[in-house]
Amino acid sequence: MGRITLDKVRKAFGPVEVIPPLDLTIEDGEFVVFVGPSGCGKSTLLRLIAGLEDVSGGEIRIDRVDATTLPPAKRGLAMVFQSYALYPHMSVRKNIAFPMKMAGVPKDEQDRRIEAAAKALNLTDYLDRRPGQLSGGQRQRVAIGRAIVREPSAFLFDEPLSNLDAALRVGMRLEISELHARLKTTMVYVTHDQVEAMTMADKIVVLRAGRIEQVGAPLELYQSPRNTFVAGFIGSPKMNLIEGPEAARHDAHTIGVRPEHIAVSTEGGQWQGRVGVSEHLGSDTFLHVHDTGLAEALTVRVGGEVALHQGDTVWLSPEADKIHRFDADGLRIG
Amino acid sequence: MATKHSRAAARLMISPAVLLLLAWMIIPLAMTLYFSFLSYNLMSPGMERWIGFTNYQYFLTDPAFFAALTNTILLVVGVLIVTVIGGTLFALLLDQPFFGQGIVRIMVIAPFFVMPTVSALVWKNMFMNPVNGLFAHLFKALGLQPFDFLAQAPLASIIGIVSWQWLPFATLILLTALQSLDQEQLEAAEMDGAPWLSRFIHIMLPHLARAITVVILIQTIFLLSIFAEILVTTNGGPGTASTNLTYLIYMQSLLQFDVGGGSAGGVVAIILANIVAIFLMRMIGKNLEA
Ligand SMILES: Nc1ncnc2c1ncn2[C@@H]1O[C@H](COP(=O)(O)OP(=O)(O)OP(=O)(O)O)[C@@H](O)[C@H]1O
Ligand SMILES: [Mg+2]
Repeated sequence: MGRITLDKVRKAFGPVEVIPPLDLTIEDGEFVVFVGPSGCGKSTLLRLIAGLEDVSGGEIRIDRVDATTLPPAKRGLAMVFQSYALYPHMSVRKNIAFPMKMAGVPKDEQDRRIEAAAKALNLTDYLDRRPGQLSGGQRQRVAIGRAIVREPSAFLFDEPLSNLDAALRVGMRLEISELHARLKTTMVYVTHDQVEAMTMADKIVVLRAGRIEQVGAPLELYQSPRNTFVAGFIGSPKMNLIEGPEAARHDAHTIGVRPEHIAVSTEGGQWQGRVGVSEHLGSDTFLHVHDTGLAEALTVRVGGEVALHQGDTVWLSPEADKIHRFDADGLRIG
Repeated sequence: MATKHSRAAARLMISPAVLLLLAWMIIPLAMTLYFSFLSYNLMSPGMERWIGFTNYQYFLTDPAFFAALTNTILLVVGVLIVTVIGGTLFALLLDQPFFGQGIVRIMVIAPFFVMPTVSALVWKNMFMNPVNGLFAHLFKALGLQPFDFLAQAPLASIIGIVSWQWLPFATLILLTALQSLDQEQLEAAEMDGAPWLSRFIHIMLPHLARAITVVILIQTIFLLSIFAEILVTTNGGPGTASTNLTYLIYMQSLLQFDVGGGSAGGVVAIILANIVAIFLMRMIGKNLEA
């Protein structure tokens, strides 16, 4: 079981309130991802759940038990740190065994669990090495192994993949998702990576300055962002936000159209503009279109191979049913 | 990139300094070696003659030699134990955030700036004196018989004084080591269910191992040649109760004017110091590699 409930949880460092009172429920077995810009309090929130930081107010319940003042060890949670925080002077085996040793698990049971974890994480050949002799990805797996063997009621990850290179990140992302599918244990995962959030999460929590902006399934956030912040934050590249007369035509203060929902033509369309920089990714090309009179630049997604060059004139037409409308406070209309 | 030519020039340029340093070391060493084989007493000048290993024989069979050897070892080991344990405790304490941390840190480091002679005098006259010392007053206030530290426990008293001097050094090194410990490791251990003592034993102590080795190495080098503290407080006495090798050599050559015997003692001390150094280097080498 691993149901975590935050009830009006608040955190202040001295006079600075980093997290204003906040409510959140994480259901048992859910994969929840916290996203938000740097410094918005993602790590702090995770550390509050872990018990590494004391709350300034409110209540944290784990499996309906009040855990607000419980020390970290008693909460039954396991954490994977961004720097992995492996014990450098212990072998991989000892690292993984450490939490069990502290819990007084019998030796043969320890060995059994280490074997199982090592096999699941492809670490069998490295058990007698020191962390210093491992690659980043292997260290990451050791850190996960150390978390698994405790059989926690929930895993907490703080940007676990941010120190890895792009290829490895994709691999580890899959491994963690598979792990979740297999263990069905609650996972709380902090990241600022769009793709990680969208692909791994059952539920995404978007934070800004310690406040929850929106909670929902990845597609829900993508399809109906509750305000302009979430609209701009979820999706890559960012949604185009347009204000002024064009927005007023749609009875809104601001309208938003995602780059992938705009059709491009060299003959005619709704908005005229001039091509600026184009980013070729192979499968896609992102065009930055200027001089539309709507915004500084509009980003548009077109197919991989397009014959458009800087300075060319193009016409853009948004898909009518994919236009998001927001009011003066930035809140979604309809 | 240094060319062949510039390297040769560089060697030529530094050679005077190297030669000077070499002479500085080699000449006294050679003279000591030479004197150690002579019957050479300042009371009877002009009577020097070659006597082979007789000086060594006398020095090594002198009962004072074994007393001095034991005292040297006790002194070094005693001070090391006190400073390493005390230094670790102080470092743990100073690593905690508390009010007035900066001032307390400076005060803890202060004894290191006091000259050995001065600190030994202060300890002798102001603390350990059986009549006027603070400890004597304390004992009397408690209705106890004052304890004459330097007469009744001379070596232990000297160990105490020297430890007081070296504690700041150990504390400082260990504190910096402790501060370089990754906080996330401690937090991870906390999450893993390790109480404070386990965290200390399994995380902090291994992290400190390297710094502790450095403290032991550096202190041993200096502690083998403790002299001023003994001269000022006990003069090696009572009897030979607080005489170490350095002090014994001093007595031989300067109090008994026996340059030959003193030189032999000096050579023995050099050999012993080198044996210790080899052991320490082995230990350090192993600890610093990992
Ligand atoms: N110990 C502390 N004392 C004072 N302020 C702190 C402390 N820890 C964090 N903060 C502040 O709290 C805010 C949130 O920090 P936090 O580390 O949770 O951000 P984050 O969302 O994890 O950012 P990032 O994505 O960069 O890791 C920041 O403004 C930070 O300056
Ligand atoms: Mg963070």
